Amino acid sequence: MTPSRRSRAVRGYALAVVFLAAAVLVGAMAGAADLNPLATAAALVDRLPLVHLPGGLGPLDRAVLFQIRLPRVVLGALVGGALSLAGAGYQGVFRNPLVDSSLLGASAGAGLGATVAIVSLGGTAPAAVPVAAFAGSLAGVAFAYLAGTAGGRGTATLLLAGLAVSMFLTAVQTYLLQRSSQDIQRVYSWLLGSLAGATWHQVLEVLPYLAVSAAIVLLHGRHLDVLSVGDEEARALGLHPGRVRLAVVASCALAAASAVAVSGLIGFVGIVVPHAVRRLAGVSYRVVLPLSLLFGAGFLVLADTLARTVVAPAELPIGVVTALIGSPAFVWILRSTRAVRT
Amino acid sequence: MAQHPIPSRSRSGSRSRSLRRGPAVRAAASAVAAVAAVAVLAGCGSGSGSGSASASASGSGGSSAAAPSGSFPVKVTAANGSVTVKSRPEHIVSLAPTLTEDLYAVGAGKQVVAVDADSDYPAGVPHTGLSGLTPNIEAIVRYQPDLVVASQDSGGLVAGLRKLGVPVLIEPAVATLNGAYAQLQQVGQATGHAAEAARTVAGMKSSIAATVRKAGSGHADLSYFWELGADPYYSATSKTFVGEIASLFGLRNIADKADKATDGGYPELSQEYIVKARPQLVFLTDGGPSNGGQSPAGVARRPGWAEVPAVRNHQVIDLNADIASRWGPRLPQLVAEIAQAVEKASGR
Repeated sequence: MTPSRRSRAVRGYALAVVFLAAAVLVGAMAGAADLNPLATAAALVDRLPLVHLPGGLGPLDRAVLFQIRLPRVVLGALVGGALSLAGAGYQGVFRNPLVDSSLLGASAGAGLGATVAIVSLGGTAPAAVPVAAFAGSLAGVAFAYLAGTAGGRGTATLLLAGLAVSMFLTAVQTYLLQRSSQDIQRVYSWLLGSLAGATWHQVLEVLPYLAVSAAIVLLHGRHLDVLSVGDEEARALGLHPGRVRLAVVASCALAAASAVAVSGLIGFVGIVVPHAVRRLAGVSYRVVLPLSLLFGAGFLVLADTLARTVVAPAELPIGVVTALIGSPAFVWILRSTRAVRT
Repeated sequence: MAQHPIPSRSRSGSRSRSLRRGPAVRAAASAVAAVAAVAVLAGCGSGSGSGSASASASGSGGSSAAAPSGSFPVKVTAANGSVTVKSRPEHIVSLAPTLTEDLYAVGAGKQVVAVDADSDYPAGVPHTGLSGLTPNIEAIVRYQPDLVVASQDSGGLVAGLRKLGVPVLIEPAVATLNGAYAQLQQVGQATGHAAEAARTVAGMKSSIAATVRKAGSGHADLSYFWELGADPYYSATSKTFVGEIASLFGLRNIADKADKATDGGYPELSQEYIVKARPQLVFLTDGGPSNGGQSPAGVARRPGWAEVPAVRNHQVIDLNADIASRWGPRLPQLVAEIAQAVEKASGR
């Protein structure tokens, strides 16, 4: 790395850490329960090791803060980080800035899985829905991958196969939903994405999957940089493009599937965050991947904070917020990027 | 847009046309999907639409009260305008669970030849695969109906059946108790059972009045959370049909603070707000295996809910989801379930 690129990366990391910390703090302080901000801060500090600061929060307020609000903030960070990292990873694999999890059959598979679980089990086993979504998401990507690599070898074939698989799975899902109209609202709430029911249990459930997949994707940053010059050149440099592609796609699929299992389908994060990061810190995947993870985490925590405070005590679906903020921000990034180039 | 004031998890299943474009919705950006969902909920709670319907229904109650029970032709004003039923219908098709209950309550059960897939009460109704949400006109016509009742005019139902000379009554979900009574009476008039319908309504009114008298109507000290769905948490404000029923006892609704015009009285509440509002009563209408599977024990296990007074005092009430989402003859049972909880909470 040249010194200027390195300093850009360092600045990016510093910004990302500050952004995430600020987002978590804002997310922890704000909410429909109107907890006293000072007492909330005191209660948070009290939880730090070696600090004792008895605050002014009563038992109910403490329950609100530690059992309802904080798990939601943490889960939002994990989900946002996973979705952004997966988006960035896919974009690297496919050398295409428009790819994210929704294009490769992951979202459609998760939607079908959740729908099957809700329609067939009704309310008898709510715990089955995330499991089914997780399995469906992975199965969707696996189908797309098999279908795409069986015919040709190019990344375009894989993307088109992902599109076809998504269409097919969505059609099956719609058919099931048509036949079971009383489940529509529940399925729909799930499809829109929500962190409203976040618990520490969910955090612990997804953490291992996210940790493993994130580690694998992050380790492939240099390989994705090499891939970006083309398969032939990468081979000449001693890289096996097919293997890199499979490893990154599988890990991204795992990360996105874990996120989707606990939050439903939250769109747009996987595209908008990596683009913002490239604008900030350059196009090297060694930097884009970790920064996408950090910024994505902060972005979704802020989006969820807005979703639960703007119309408090009511809530907005988080997908509305990510798209409402994300779309204009995305357009602005695109325009300013072009201005720089010309 | 569907006009169900109750975004029901139960078999009265509300749904809008926008939902039927499944692939398009899924393929579209989540923003589009989200807007559609907000529209669904708003439509579900379209108090204005149902309000006007009930108003017209009660209007017709006045106009056709002159005709003695059982004399035809009868002209009624339903949500789809003025409808003439030429002779006593003997082959009625019902496409909505509430209307099926209405028909049997007024004594028209013997004239019913087919009910939709969601109609499940009373026992022994002629259950079919017909759908009131996506009606198939050819399938309906196979039963050779001389009257069709439905809660919404979707899929060109009214226009299609008009071509075949079949009268259709559209009786949408109501926003008030009076709207429910008016609808029952109109169903009675259109089927030749006006007198029985009037008796049914009188019985419902006196039963509800007696229940309220016994439990008391001044419970402003008791607050409640009406749960339509968990994760995310949907509720109903005092302005809704169920809210009106809870208001009979003077209960305070914690969802009222979240009321805004766009959700028609059915806001999605923040979980931390619900807990912080310390409701003394929680009414679950998403219990039962087919409606969401929530239970009082499950509510007590929700992280952070242990300190909520309703949980601490075992005042989480699992209402019958079907009764709580329909506006038919079983309303006195719903009122009685609420009254029981109110009496227990106020220590009577």
